Amino acid sequence: MSDGLRLTIVLKHTIYSNNFIIMKAILLIAIVVIIFIVIFQIAKASEYVSILKGEENSRKQNNKINAFLMVVFLILGLLGAWWCNELYYGKTLFPQGSASVEGEKIDLMLYITIGVTGVVFLITQILLFWFSYKYQENDKRKAYFFPHDNRLELLWTTVPAIFLTVLVVFGLKYWFKMTGDAPKDAVVVEVTGHQFAWEFRYPGADKVLGKKNYKLYNQPAGNLLGVDFTDPASLDDIHVGTTMHIPVNRPCKMVINAQDVIHDVGLPHFRMKMDAVPGIPTTQWFTPKYTTEEMRVRTGNPNFVYEISCDQMCGASHFSMRAIIVVDTEEGYQKWLAEQKPQYFALFPDKAPKETVPDSTKTVALSTSK
Amino acid sequence: MSSEAISHGTQAHAMHDDHHDHHHHETFITKYVFSQDHKMIAKQFLVTGIIWAIIGGLFSVIFRLQLGYPESTFPWLEDFLGHWAQGGKLKPEFYYALVTMHGTILVFFVLTAGLSGTFANFLIPLQIGARDMASPLLNMLSYWFFFIASIIMFASLFVQTGPASGGWTIYPPLSALGEASSGSKIGMDLWLVSMAMFIVSSLLGGLNYITTILNMRTKGMSMTRMPLTMWGLFFTAVLGVLSFPVLLSGAILLLFDRNLGTSFYLSDIVVAGKILPNEGGSAILFQHLFWFLGHPEVYIILLPAMSMASEILSVNSRKPIFGYMAMVGSIFAITILAFLVWAHHMFVTGLNPFLGSFFVLLTLLIAVPSAIKVFNWLTTLWRGNIRFTPGMMFAIGFVSLFISGGLTGIFLGNSSLDIHLHDTYFVVAHFHIVMGVASFFGMFAGVYHWFPKMFGRYLNNTLAYIHFWVTIIGAYLIFWPMHYEGFAGMPRRYYDYSNWESFKMFGGLNEFISFVAMIVFAVQLLFVFNFFYSIFKGRKVKSQNPWGSNTLEWTTPINPGHGNWPGEIPEVHRWPYDYSKDGKDFIPQDVPVGEDESKH
Repeated sequence: MSDGLRLTIVLKHTIYSNNFIIMKAILLIAIVVIIFIVIFQIAKASEYVSILKGEENSRKQNNKINAFLMVVFLILGLLGAWWCNELYYGKTLFPQGSASVEGEKIDLMLYITIGVTGVVFLITQILLFWFSYKYQENDKRKAYFFPHDNRLELLWTTVPAIFLTVLVVFGLKYWFKMTGDAPKDAVVVEVTGHQFAWEFRYPGADKVLGKKNYKLYNQPAGNLLGVDFTDPASLDDIHVGTTMHIPVNRPCKMVINAQDVIHDVGLPHFRMKMDAVPGIPTTQWFTPKYTTEEMRVRTGNPNFVYEISCDQMCGASHFSMRAIIVVDTEEGYQKWLAEQKPQYFALFPDKAPKETVPDSTKTVALSTSK
Repeated sequence: MSSEAISHGTQAHAMHDDHHDHHHHETFITKYVFSQDHKMIAKQFLVTGIIWAIIGGLFSVIFRLQLGYPESTFPWLEDFLGHWAQGGKLKPEFYYALVTMHGTILVFFVLTAGLSGTFANFLIPLQIGARDMASPLLNMLSYWFFFIASIIMFASLFVQTGPASGGWTIYPPLSALGEASSGSKIGMDLWLVSMAMFIVSSLLGGLNYITTILNMRTKGMSMTRMPLTMWGLFFTAVLGVLSFPVLLSGAILLLFDRNLGTSFYLSDIVVAGKILPNEGGSAILFQHLFWFLGHPEVYIILLPAMSMASEILSVNSRKPIFGYMAMVGSIFAITILAFLVWAHHMFVTGLNPFLGSFFVLLTLLIAVPSAIKVFNWLTTLWRGNIRFTPGMMFAIGFVSLFISGGLTGIFLGNSSLDIHLHDTYFVVAHFHIVMGVASFFGMFAGVYHWFPKMFGRYLNNTLAYIHFWVTIIGAYLIFWPMHYEGFAGMPRRYYDYSNWESFKMFGGLNEFISFVAMIVFAVQLLFVFNFFYSIFKGRKVKSQNPWGSNTLEWTTPINPGHGNWPGEIPEVHRWPYDYSKDGKDFIPQDVPVGEDESKH
């Protein structure tokens, strides 16, 4: 009985709220329609007015108004661009600078390109709208028959070509540096993307990542990466999820994989980005300049973290495929590394050495790093 | 009723007798539905394109609601979208479906079929002086294949698992594996089949345009006397014919991978805990095939807009287009280069850096012909006598947007900068301005300029000016600030940014952009209203040549019948840009060259 009562109340409520929503929707549509009709009637009236005034006269008047608006648009547009810059420059990554050594070159290239294109932008937009205003129809003036001029054509073929050559030369110089081989002393981290998370694998003391085979993937057994444990090199490999640790001021080389669809390791603060493609490993490397703590001070944001964003659409939760990079001091990094257990021991606890042994791997790790 | 029909019939018959062109009697079906008249087919493409544009635009408004107001719910959305918007909040799956369909619809159905289909069909016979296309039948089929493609794509919106949702670029393995995304189930198959139909339509149309331009020009109409619109549409057709088949093959291989167990694009995959047997394929292969069309596609969209803007700028400045041959040369150069730059979409796929450097060089080389075109447009305006017809306003707007969007291409084409900017909102801003909004402006310019020829009536000018100013201001307000989001590395195709420490500060800006987008969309509806109202009730065109234009389409009657010219096709004696020459305002192409006329 009371259940039935509650049901009717709920029903009434939903009917009521549905009606309310429908009413609101109808009201909204009505308002839009009325606005449309008003605009349309004004437009229609203006057509009649123009017939009364003489079509030619009203056309000329429209011409003057629109020519004037062209200049207004130019001036307001340039002011708007300046204002937009005031508002949002501070929110881009430029004020805090690149967090990687290599990214500085990208920032420099960006500034050069903004400079060059900015000048072209200003010249062409100003000419476009200023000409539109200045050469608006005027009975006293005739248009100037000017079909071609080879010198002018040559001018605006060669000048852009020279500027572009400069941009290409600088761009490619940095491109080859960044896509070239990582330095020998780089910290190697294998990054694997899958829907919708990142996994990280460190090569351990032997500095070699063990072999993988995707067919060895075994979720119940915990072998999420398909590591081949018959390869001795894989025995000391460390597997962590979600948060990746690297030391500051040492090159970091990422070996990038994907398990299901294409993902992308996007590192906006380091100005780096590389796709993760199933079946085709890729690499990228960079040298972090600031630890996470230092960045918190630099940006004035106590919550700052280096984030890995997936930059290649990968499915419904693409937008939440997030991981964090902790850039630590060399000591902090070594301390963290020493605390990690090799994946092999984690998966096969019975094979794990006795309590004393982890200490020895710790010292090995420390000594090799020196 | 019947007498009316008879009188109409005899009238049509008399008109046909006039030019001895034998056509079967036109019924409603043959005149408006299965029409073989290029002008009617053009209108069919245009109206279908407008319907698609409304749908595609509406999708963007819905997903912008989510981006602008990620914390809010909109209960009325549930009334329309059902379980896709449970509780008034868009599901991520459907958000991605909307993004995908928005891209697919706007790129292919509106700015390819709607733009080329409309203006190539309408203008080619009229401007070169032909009675119709080389093959009116194939032309009709081209529309009806497009129609079938439209129906299939539209149907895919209603399947239970949702339409394709892997982005308009449909990269496998995401698009190949139903387990990876619900949009990659039946919705993806429908997408691929629809696109196959669409490509057939595009090929039938393209071959027809090329054949017609090469073979059916009237006496005296040498290639270099053609208006620039013809050059633009000609090279657009060449691009389409050479590149669309590559997408078709890519799509068919993807269909095989999806349904027949092949491994063209699949290798080493574990999806949803399942180990797939596929080995040896390459996910990157699809990207090469896709962008081999995908990049020329940008120019398939842009060239018609560019060339219509050239024509309209010249007519309304009362000046010849500056550097006609340089303009033709740049269109040609763009066409060639368009085939050689596809991998600039793939700089961060792990592409061989040495190979990448070639694509950097060739990509930035496109800036040279583009710069030539911009400076030639500016010189065309210089010392002109400009009439701001609505068409002219949109043509000027096109140049402004082409500059703004083109210059950001120099950032993205340079591979080292692309590493930072790739797949961020900088890219969204870039291609929406240069390929989306600019091409729309070219299309609007064309519609306003040739509407009197299409329907014998004018569009309402006041509505047109409101349309122009709100759209150009709105477009800049929407897309200009997105460059800053891109500089901050904000990735595109995200459903929600509020959990990201690095991107959440743009919440306010996203809300502003969504708000402006809704206004701009509403104003487009004003245009649509103006369009359909003016077809029936617009001010009637009283003069045969209302814009004082030189090209041949204005020598036809105000309402040209099937066959275009009631009498002989006019002979052409000069190029189409003799404006303000020797003190004359304009000299149409069919006027013989006077003896004392100066040479240029």
